[in-house]
Amino acid sequence: MSSQTDQSVYYVPHNGWYPVWVAFGAFMLLAGLGTWLNAVKADEDPSAWMMYVGGATLAVVLFFWFAKVIEENHQGLANEQLKRSYVWGMGWFIFSEVMFFAAFFGALFYARNFAVAWLGGEGAKGITGDYLWPEFSSEWPVMANPDNSLFQGPAESMASPGIGSWLSYLPFWNTVILLTSSVTVHFAHTSLKNDSRGGLIGWLALTVLLGIVFLILQGWEYLHAYDELGLTLSSGIYGSTFFILTGFHGFHVTLGTFMLIIALLRAIKGHFSHHDCFGFEATSWYWHFVDVVWVCLFFFVYIF
Amino acid sequence: MSEVVEAGHATHDDHHDHGPDKGLARWLFTTNHKDIGTLYLWFSFTMFLIGGVLALVIRAELFQPGLQFVNPEFFNQMTTNHGLIMVFGAIMPAFVGLANWLVPMMVGAPDMALPRMNNLSFWILPFAFAMLISTLFMEAGGPNFGWTFYAPLSTTYAPETVTYFIFGVHLMGASSIMGSINIIATILNMRAPGMTLMKMPLFVWTWLITAYLLLAVMPVLAGAVTMMLFDIHFGTSFFNAAGGGDPVMFQHIFWFFGHPEVYIMILPAFGVVSQIIPTFSRKPLFGYDSMVYATASIAFLSFIVWAHHMFTVGMPLAGQLFFMYATMLIAVPTGVKVFNWVSTMWQGAMTFETPMLFAIAFVILFTIGGFSGLMLAITPADYQYHDTYFVVAHFHYVLVPGALFSIIAAVYYWLPKWCGRMYDESLGKLHFWLSFIGVNVTFFPQHFSGLAGMPRRIPDYALQFADFNMLSSIGAFIFGFSQVFFLYVVIKAIRSGKPATDRVWEGAHGLEWTLPSPAPYHSFTHPPKITDAEAHS
Ligand SMILES: [Cu+2]
Repeated sequence: MSSQTDQSVYYVPHNGWYPVWVAFGAFMLLAGLGTWLNAVKADEDPSAWMMYVGGATLAVVLFFWFAKVIEENHQGLANEQLKRSYVWGMGWFIFSEVMFFAAFFGALFYARNFAVAWLGGEGAKGITGDYLWPEFSSEWPVMANPDNSLFQGPAESMASPGIGSWLSYLPFWNTVILLTSSVTVHFAHTSLKNDSRGGLIGWLALTVLLGIVFLILQGWEYLHAYDELGLTLSSGIYGSTFFILTGFHGFHVTLGTFMLIIALLRAIKGHFSHHDCFGFEATSWYWHFVDVVWVCLFFFVYIF
Repeated sequence: MSEVVEAGHATHDDHHDHGPDKGLARWLFTTNHKDIGTLYLWFSFTMFLIGGVLALVIRAELFQPGLQFVNPEFFNQMTTNHGLIMVFGAIMPAFVGLANWLVPMMVGAPDMALPRMNNLSFWILPFAFAMLISTLFMEAGGPNFGWTFYAPLSTTYAPETVTYFIFGVHLMGASSIMGSINIIATILNMRAPGMTLMKMPLFVWTWLITAYLLLAVMPVLAGAVTMMLFDIHFGTSFFNAAGGGDPVMFQHIFWFFGHPEVYIMILPAFGVVSQIIPTFSRKPLFGYDSMVYATASIAFLSFIVWAHHMFTVGMPLAGQLFFMYATMLIAVPTGVKVFNWVSTMWQGAMTFETPMLFAIAFVILFTIGGFSGLMLAITPADYQYHDTYFVVAHFHYVLVPGALFSIIAAVYYWLPKWCGRMYDESLGKLHFWLSFIGVNVTFFPQHFSGLAGMPRRIPDYALQFADFNMLSSIGAFIFGFSQVFFLYVVIKAIRSGKPATDRVWEGAHGLEWTLPSPAPYHSFTHPPKITDAEAHS
């Protein structure tokens, strides 16, 4: 056992059954989802068993995989160098996530500054609009689409009503909530560094709560958009960019909240110490990243 | 860069020092970088043969004008899947396989930084390609919209199997992202003490930069196919002008991924060639530092040139000018590289073993592909070349005698280290000459048919292109069958080749050559000393 805690050894696990099952689960999930979507689109009876098998496989295997890694860490198998590998890994993973959102922000900028303007007959390629839909005029948010029989524009948009009425503007409160949660997760980190278990648990629990409140408000906003504003995925480019950006952000908040809950449960179990808390730190970096994305969303989707 | 693994007590865990398991379990569950490298390489070769069969269907159909073997719908599926399989299934996994085998050995590491994730990165691929290739056997037929899958061909007018294509691309992207994270973490965190960044072999450098490119653009590709998915199934209008979107926007997003992607397929090739040429010239690489900076410059420029694929789509003039000049700028760092390879050979004591033959052919033929690229970069000239066989000739010159030749060269060069046995030199040389002749006979005439106006992606063509096409098809079959011959040469070497020495090549430098041949299951369980002789060769 003594050599097991030898901090100089870079731990290379011998074999593992988890990865190949994760690959299988991901395959089943996506193949099942594809089959289901195609059936829905073709008005056939959709069957979802493949999706469920895939999703269940992923959930179970990932649980055991992470549990194993945590257990190995507690056995002292993970030395400082391995933890640095984790840090690099998480850092570059977040970078790839940034680029994923960059694709959608890019679409938003391109649509606003080029596509819609040209369709409205403005700018270098304005002739497009003159020929195709001469009656379409360019505005953002796009309320009337070039072809309203195919894509019915929204009755109202989500655009900011002006800073004076932000107190009754839901996205403003969502911004406040998420920014606050970034601060609370930071306090949780400070508590951990000061060896205050109670502080860690308290601040983490508050962060989880804020995450959940954000998600509820976001869901409420979506209902409002669909039921009252007529703003849907199919209400043209404004609805498309609005929902894909806020939707994927919401999905990432969901994932981040889930990670925070795991971190909270681990903190309650007594995991993490001030010099060994990669799992917690990775979660908090992810949470800060989700926050930064929201701030960009708030500016470019809601305000401007 | 502290302690890697100290002294002989790697037996810290009673099953750590084992060799590989027996049977299938070894390959399914392995966390060993060499096993995973081997899996990647064999997977890549399998995909290469499948993609090659599709190419031969194309060339058989084009042997003569008129429709002989396949109908146009099926022909479209062949061109599409040939491209997708070769890019994502053959070339990219082959380079990841090489990185797996070589990077830990070259930097003096015990293994890849994140071994379990390494296994996952590989095993996603067979599932992803099963998903993609199975569509060819479905009633609706496989993807038929070209490997660039432009909207609305891939959205409004796509066969329903496009959904599986989209998810297949998601899986491939996940695999590439995890693979890149692993390679970056290995290079930045696992180097033996003394292996400073500017002492790393150039192959490691090129892969570090490639991994960065992959992390930057694979998520953008994922975003592009996700928007397609939403347009197809959820009623959005990203790429539909009727809803205020724009099909041209698809092209911008796609090529923001697509142009860096071509450097993803060529930078590791630069790395391989920069390892091989010094060995057989018996001289250190000329201009090592400038090679590193040139690679980084190419990577940076690759992000700001994408719209050179779209000169005819209707872009504002300022855009066309910007993308034309930016594209031409890439010739500068690329020229630095070619200059350095030639200068490395200059006055060297050269010998011409098979890897060196492939490497020299790479330098010459890749440069031809680079020149035709410069021609295509000139916007007004591109109006003439766009979507013709000239473009097909151009990118096949950079991908086949470019990327692919470097992979073949790498296999000949490092195979003795991998399996401890030499390949048969005269068979290797025969393989080289067959490939060299085959590739040029296939693709050189396509420059002419393209300049004369033959469009790409068509199953039938006007009579005046008949001779060039017949020549092209003959070359393609020579090339295709010589790769089956390559398989024979490799298997013969693995089974009955002469035992290789540890150094293998008298002029070889680098940490991997200090290990026994075949390399032991766990390479550097203790960090090696970095001597000047083994640093950046
Ligand atoms: Cu390009």
